[in-house]
Amino acid sequence: MANLATNFLGIRSPNPFWLASAPPTDKEYNVRRAFEAGWGGVVWKTLGSEGPPVVNVNGPRYGVIYGADRRVMGINNIELITDRPLEVNLREIKSVKRDYPDRALIISLMVPCDEESWKDILHRIEDTGADGVELNFGCPHGMAERGMGSAVGQVPEYIEMVTRWVKTHSRMPCIVKLTPNISDIRKPAEAAKRGGADAVSLINTINSITSVDLDDFAPEPKIDGKGTHGGYCGPAVKPIALNMVAEIARSPETRGLPISGIGGVTTWRDAAEFMALGAGNVQVCTAAMTYGFKIVQEMISGLSDYMDRKGFTSVEELVGRAVPNVTDWQFLNLNYVTKARIDQDLCIKCGRCYAACEDTSHQAVAMNPGRVFTVKDEDCVACNLCVDVCPVQDCITMVELPRGSVDPRTGRVVGGYANWTTHPNNPQAKLAAE
Amino acid sequence: MKPFNGEPMTNSPQTPGVVPHRLDAARIASHFSDAQLPFDPHEARVAADRCYFCHDAPCVAACPTEIDIPLFIRQILTGTPEVAARTIWDQNIFGGACARVCPTEQLCEGACVREAAEGKPVEIGRLQRFATDAGMATNAHPYARAPSTGRRVAVVGAGPAGLACAHRLAMRGHEVVVFDRRARPGGLNEYGIAAYKVAGDFAQAEVDWLLRIGGIELRMGVELGRDMTLSDLRRDFDAVFLGVGLQGVNALRAPGEERGEVRDAVEFIAVLRQAADKGAIPIGRSVVVIGGGMTAIDAAVQSKALGAENVTIVYRRDQGQMSASGYEQDHAKHVGVRIVHEAAPVELRGNGAVKEVQFAYTEATPEGLRLAEAGFRLEADQVFKAIGQTLGELPEGVGVAGGKIDPLSLPPGVFIGGDCAPGGEDLTVTAAAQGRDAAEAIHAALMGGA
Repeated sequence: MANLATNFLGIRSPNPFWLASAPPTDKEYNVRRAFEAGWGGVVWKTLGSEGPPVVNVNGPRYGVIYGADRRVMGINNIELITDRPLEVNLREIKSVKRDYPDRALIISLMVPCDEESWKDILHRIEDTGADGVELNFGCPHGMAERGMGSAVGQVPEYIEMVTRWVKTHSRMPCIVKLTPNISDIRKPAEAAKRGGADAVSLINTINSITSVDLDDFAPEPKIDGKGTHGGYCGPAVKPIALNMVAEIARSPETRGLPISGIGGVTTWRDAAEFMALGAGNVQVCTAAMTYGFKIVQEMISGLSDYMDRKGFTSVEELVGRAVPNVTDWQFLNLNYVTKARIDQDLCIKCGRCYAACEDTSHQAVAMNPGRVFTVKDEDCVACNLCVDVCPVQDCITMVELPRGSVDPRTGRVVGGYANWTTHPNNPQAKLAAE
Repeated sequence: MKPFNGEPMTNSPQTPGVVPHRLDAARIASHFSDAQLPFDPHEARVAADRCYFCHDAPCVAACPTEIDIPLFIRQILTGTPEVAARTIWDQNIFGGACARVCPTEQLCEGACVREAAEGKPVEIGRLQRFATDAGMATNAHPYARAPSTGRRVAVVGAGPAGLACAHRLAMRGHEVVVFDRRARPGGLNEYGIAAYKVAGDFAQAEVDWLLRIGGIELRMGVELGRDMTLSDLRRDFDAVFLGVGLQGVNALRAPGEERGEVRDAVEFIAVLRQAADKGAIPIGRSVVVIGGGMTAIDAAVQSKALGAENVTIVYRRDQGQMSASGYEQDHAKHVGVRIVHEAAPVELRGNGAVKEVQFAYTEATPEGLRLAEAGFRLEADQVFKAIGQTLGELPEGVGVAGGKIDPLSLPPGVFIGGDCAPGGEDLTVTAAAQGRDAAEAIHAALMGGA
């Protein structure tokens, strides 16, 4: 069993699996159950200012996208920050932290965009024993209309300003949670860093309408015949989150800034992928809301098994390991030539490769008598679509043409590494040194 | 065996002879209810999601009616089973019956790429049933007749071939009169298929639904050759379709065949189908069924369902040559039927009624099957013969080739389809295809290619 202990901003947890600030972390009862189940840390559901708490809708808060067999692929929500009194939350946080000193406990915060409000809330949470704060600049619904959440997260100057207030008025580690509902994720991350953030966490949920009721003509989830956009999360958003994490991890301006990875983490593998792209830990919500807290057991066992197989003795060895291999398109090797190969023994003759290639791609799959499907190397551009749509694993693979051989499609000899920056078709090509 | 609802039971499976009421009414009812439960909507979606939507799908090629299977499955997946039903019926108006009785493992499901990949095909038959049930539940007939052509067509035989032909002709705007010697329409769907495969009087409901297109007149209890001649029909109609099926039954050609309780399996099946109180049908304590096709299975399984203690199917060739599907054979074994291969009856003994059958083992030789010296005896209170059906008496001028009506012998304006015609495996689905295609041929002929 590999050692999964994690040190994120000096905050120690027995494993890198934290529950994200969300419904599962709204109260002591849930959080205790989570810690009993084995979660390494918890980001307590976002607290607001003192005073009458926010209210939630009393109809459905969640919408869903299903895969086959009603597998939950994505959920969106229109729930707001905690709707319980501040004092109750603070009392519970203190109680839980006292009983689970080895677990990470972070408090998520969202208060109006003025220094006094932030100073006040930071003061209020001081003696809870919590390990740090996470600034919720991401919530895309409800709170944003009141000038909080993603309304702040979409303006880098505000992020920098508020982060600075927090660092000024608190000694706690400060994580800035980023909204993906922007055009370039690096800008808010840079702003957080300038403001003094110790880390960023991302992604928060994505503005979304999960579906439309085609009888009532209203978006889901609908409340009394009307709906609003909610925040989308779950397995469906993982690719978007992975890219945003990677962009921050590899950007020269933010490189080295600790990242807490969020977005569709459902299995140990998802977590490992986030970590390989630079996340020091991960936060989970939808998977727990779908399956309950027990799923962390699979994450722990799976990551441990993977690390043992790789010979990693610490999660530090995994974090960021894939970052050097994330590059810009212009640096991809244009002389890397592959061709699809169909293993006739594995082929079940469904013809999906043929339909996909013939109808939508390059007419590079031949359908021969007896439903024998073969690749026409002279037409294959190696797009990978046949591999993607083939229902049989490893039946179609991409085989690299050896250097020095001739690509039957182009008639050119496969050469060594060369990318777009030096390609003759590129008007801005850098001239090779003579 | 104790009756489980307290009702009195006069006989048991062990009662000697051929007697009714071997099982109580509740058991009988359960034995004759749906053999396979229909999918619920969620099960159907999960099953539909397994379809790969193959290009030029092998399942379609394997279907005699060429139903667009990937399309109808996708229509189920997206929540439109009634539309899926229309896709099915466009090709096969007996899609509901075929969903229940097709040997799918030999047809669409046998060709499914997932059968090749993992030995577990997409459950096309059950999905087809789900769709057609949903379509019929809308209580609307989805097809309308074209404007009347003023042409009249006679259809002889109200079985799947005849009715598929009649329906397509009606769609094309022709007037159709269907003649059948039996009391009820449906042919083998009504008289020739085990009751548990078409539970709930489905066959009749399907015929009623089919006839709702209009323009089809049924004349039941009318027999070609007895009540009218082919010449009459050719004179009175613009075209004639013969879907007369196979009305004869092969003989065992073994001594003692004439003894009491030696019966044709098709007749037993027909009686069972029409019986309101199935428990009242006498059944032997020991039943022997001779044959290797679906009819043999249907007779054997239903004998068991009526409470026969020992039921044995004896087939003269090896298992691989049984025309009953593996699924059907497994089902029979599952309910307790014993299947013996490579043996043929040589004598049926008894005093009046049959008491036992002497079998000889068979050997396959280049000259054909040979009876071996060795053999065995089976006790039998009842023997059902299921060794194939033959053409009955044919109208004058209609010739026979290879045991089927010879298409080349047909007079002008006469068309054929179904079990009496060549080119099929005597399946409902083949009959539906041939009836449909004959209708299109008749339509083309009548409209002069217009």
